[in-house]
Amino acid sequence: MKEEIDVLNYFLNPKMEVMKKQEVEKLLKEYGIEKNQLPKVLESDPVVKALKAKKGDVIKIHRKDPTGEYFYYRVVV
Amino acid sequence: MVLHYNPAEYETKKIKFSIFSPETILSMSVAEITIPDTYEEGYPIDNGLMDQRLGVIDPGLRCKTCGGTERTCPGHFGHITLVRPVIHVLFAKYIYEALARTCEHCHKVITEDVKKRPKKCPLCKKELAKIEFQKPTTFLINGKEVLPTQIREMLSEIPDEEVEKLGFSPQNAHPKWMVLTVLPVPPVNLRPSITLESGEKSEDDLTHKLVDIIRVNQKLKANIEAGAPQLIVEDLWNLLQYHVSTYFDNETANIPPARHRSGRPLKTLAQRLKGKEGRFRYNLSGKRVNFSARTVVSPDPVITINEVGVPYEVAEELTIPIPVTKWNMEELKDYIRRETYPRAVYVIRGDGRRIKVTEASREKILEELKVGWIVERQLIDGDVVLFNRQPSLHRISMMAHLVKVLPGKTFKINPVVTPPYNADFDGDEMNLHALQSEEARAEAREIMLVEKQILSPRHGHAIISPQEDIVSGVFFLTSDETVLDKKEAAKLLYKAGITKLPKPDKGKYYSGKLIFSMLLPDDLSVKFTSKLGKEVVIKNGKLIKGEVDSKGIEQYIIEKIFLMHGPSYTTKFLKNLTDVALEYLSMKGLSVSLRHYKISEEHQRKVRELLQKMDKEIENLIIKYKNKTLERAPGMTLKETLESLILQITSKTRDSMGEIVVESLGEDSPSIIMARIGARGSILNAIQMSAVVGQQVVRNKRLWRGYYGRTLVYFHPKKLTGRERGFVYYYFSKGLEPDEFYHHAMAGRESIVNTAIRTARSGYMQRRLIHAMQDLVVLEDLTVRDAGGQIIQTIYGGDGKDPMFTKGKEEYETKPKEDDVDTV
Ligand SMILES: [Mg+2]
Ligand SMILES: [Zn+2]
Ligand SMILES: [Zn+2]
Repeated sequence: MKEEIDVLNYFLNPKMEVMKKQEVEKLLKEYGIEKNQLPKVLESDPVVKALKAKKGDVIKIHRKDPTGEYFYYRVVV
Repeated sequence: MVLHYNPAEYETKKIKFSIFSPETILSMSVAEITIPDTYEEGYPIDNGLMDQRLGVIDPGLRCKTCGGTERTCPGHFGHITLVRPVIHVLFAKYIYEALARTCEHCHKVITEDVKKRPKKCPLCKKELAKIEFQKPTTFLINGKEVLPTQIREMLSEIPDEEVEKLGFSPQNAHPKWMVLTVLPVPPVNLRPSITLESGEKSEDDLTHKLVDIIRVNQKLKANIEAGAPQLIVEDLWNLLQYHVSTYFDNETANIPPARHRSGRPLKTLAQRLKGKEGRFRYNLSGKRVNFSARTVVSPDPVITINEVGVPYEVAEELTIPIPVTKWNMEELKDYIRRETYPRAVYVIRGDGRRIKVTEASREKILEELKVGWIVERQLIDGDVVLFNRQPSLHRISMMAHLVKVLPGKTFKINPVVTPPYNADFDGDEMNLHALQSEEARAEAREIMLVEKQILSPRHGHAIISPQEDIVSGVFFLTSDETVLDKKEAAKLLYKAGITKLPKPDKGKYYSGKLIFSMLLPDDLSVKFTSKLGKEVVIKNGKLIKGEVDSKGIEQYIIEKIFLMHGPSYTTKFLKNLTDVALEYLSMKGLSVSLRHYKISEEHQRKVRELLQKMDKEIENLIIKYKNKTLERAPGMTLKETLESLILQITSKTRDSMGEIVVESLGEDSPSIIMARIGARGSILNAIQMSAVVGQQVVRNKRLWRGYYGRTLVYFHPKKLTGRERGFVYYYFSKGLEPDEFYHHAMAGRESIVNTAIRTARSGYMQRRLIHAMQDLVVLEDLTVRDAGGQIIQTIYGGDGKDPMFTKGKEEYETKPKEDDVDTV
């Protein structure tokens, strides 16, 4: 039997959100990079689908692992 | 000529991989090659394989295509027109895919999987032919062999949309181009001929192969034109296919390799690129370097950890370029004037011309020497060099050292820097690199110098730390009984450069702890439990309690001193510690003899009793196993249960020997002490030398393989007792029985095989990891980026911390709290 999973609130998934345009601009300026230099995530990724993010959107990931808490960013391709 | 390098101009935007079409091959060809020969009366034959339009390799001649000389002409391709097409061996697999996945009637893609080709076309409903592929280049349709001409036709008929569906690109890699109609002839630069001493010319393997191809091609043409029977034509055609196939790859399965007249297989295109000795791994990934030296390493505890002893012969050969400034002009002139060892060998002028410093040129050079010129001077004391031992498994396999020219023909290193290189002195060789730019030297000195690597980047403990004798020396020096008279104390302290004696603390005498404390910085306070389980307390640079062992030195003293006082202080401390410890050890003396491994008669009896008890237990288990009263352990068969229980008994027995051995040899026996303080060896070594060697295992099982039901013919088959299954009852100082010796060798062989396999496997894993991560870099903002500027991590390691300084950095940055050491 298939079980429906809410990927946005699943306990194994870190919190993710689509960044606003100004936030993305600030981020790129901070790192001094172009958008294509960010790590990537496929548009077909289940979380990306759930977030309704489109190609070119940047997703902010609130990562938590044994070494610390930090943000990771992925651009939808 | 490129004057300014602007990376943006040369940025690689994209790389396209494609297959040559016959049109492309023709368009890049400068000559059709029709004559299967090279030179005639010393001159290249026109339309031959050395046609001068294909480039020049002989000095003095000019290229007939570009007019360049042998230095400037890059070489040009020619071509051979094949009378009949042939299959490209390396693409045969893909040709099969294209054929088997399409319908030969409507030319549409009908399946994703060549193995699932239907009987009938699902689109045009026509019967489909059975298509088979026989390696390397034969195709069968409905069991009948088809010729390359027909295959090429079938591939040409596939429309472009379908070609794309097959995964090919109709513009860049059309499947029909995988059947060759013209063959590119590589420029002569790729296959130069060698002139032998006799004046005879010897041609490259590729040229030989091309000669074969042209010959058969001509013969085939003549036969076709003469109207020869089909059979003969097909025979020649097959021969042409063979030569073209082996021209690409002479190691294809099912094709006999083409051979040289001498019988040696020819090295054709694939062989030039493939494998460890191929172009990629041999010439591109692994280049040889200049300004390097290699010789045996040997120990020298007198030099510091930062130095490397360099033989005179090496220092004389290696040079370092020094840019001339107004500040070093006179100094460099002195080197130019000198005729013996530390002298200048070359001078590079402002215009880049390199002049050798000789009797004749010296005066002129001295006169003209200007700021901006470069003087290449021989290696001298104090120069920074890189020093490396393979396998280079981590960054500390290559460290910067300061040169110290010493007599002898070996490199000398302080034995304390042995662990990061994993070196010993049983014949190990190491490489040395003289750095050729000011930046490289600065980087090496500031980042790679040995003293900056004292803490391991892996766990943060000291990896450059005393071992063996030094550990023994420190232990004996700090032991509670050690007292020294004034003369001895002075001698030891002098070794550390201390010329003022402290006040004696044991009446007229000095305790070893006091002498040791003199070496410690005043602000050092640590408390730890030693390997012997005793508490060691150092408070404000005074050793108050306990005996210092390897663990204390590595994980507490050196580590803490490094974090508190930095690299150069620690280097001096290590030097003083080594000198004092070794001096004390030679004053006291530490030696072993066979006597130290002989246990008393009484203890020998105890050992035998334990072994008899073990045999009894094993026998009982075997009886229980045979009458099936043994209880089966979960997840195991009855036999496995028995074996596992026996193994438990044997290891328990051997471990219990430890007490007996220590009791008999005595707590103060040198080998026991060395084992316990972590200087050398283990208690198990002592047990095996003095009491019993114990159970031998292969793949974690008792020995069983060899003859029917036994390991050696002398045993009764299927006996399960200790001796028959590899228990060694004797010990090394006594000597083993022949069967025991054999069993010991069986287990020994396993460990040798395992090491061999482990190194091979981990080496390959290492290669791949390095390949994947070689251009990653941590920037100032702690992001990790690759060479293309891609962000890999937003913060290094998720916390931005350097593992070298992770362990308790906060703890050491501030002085330890007073109550930390208050329990004294
Ligand atoms: Mg060795
Ligand atoms: Zn040319
Ligand atoms: Zn069809």
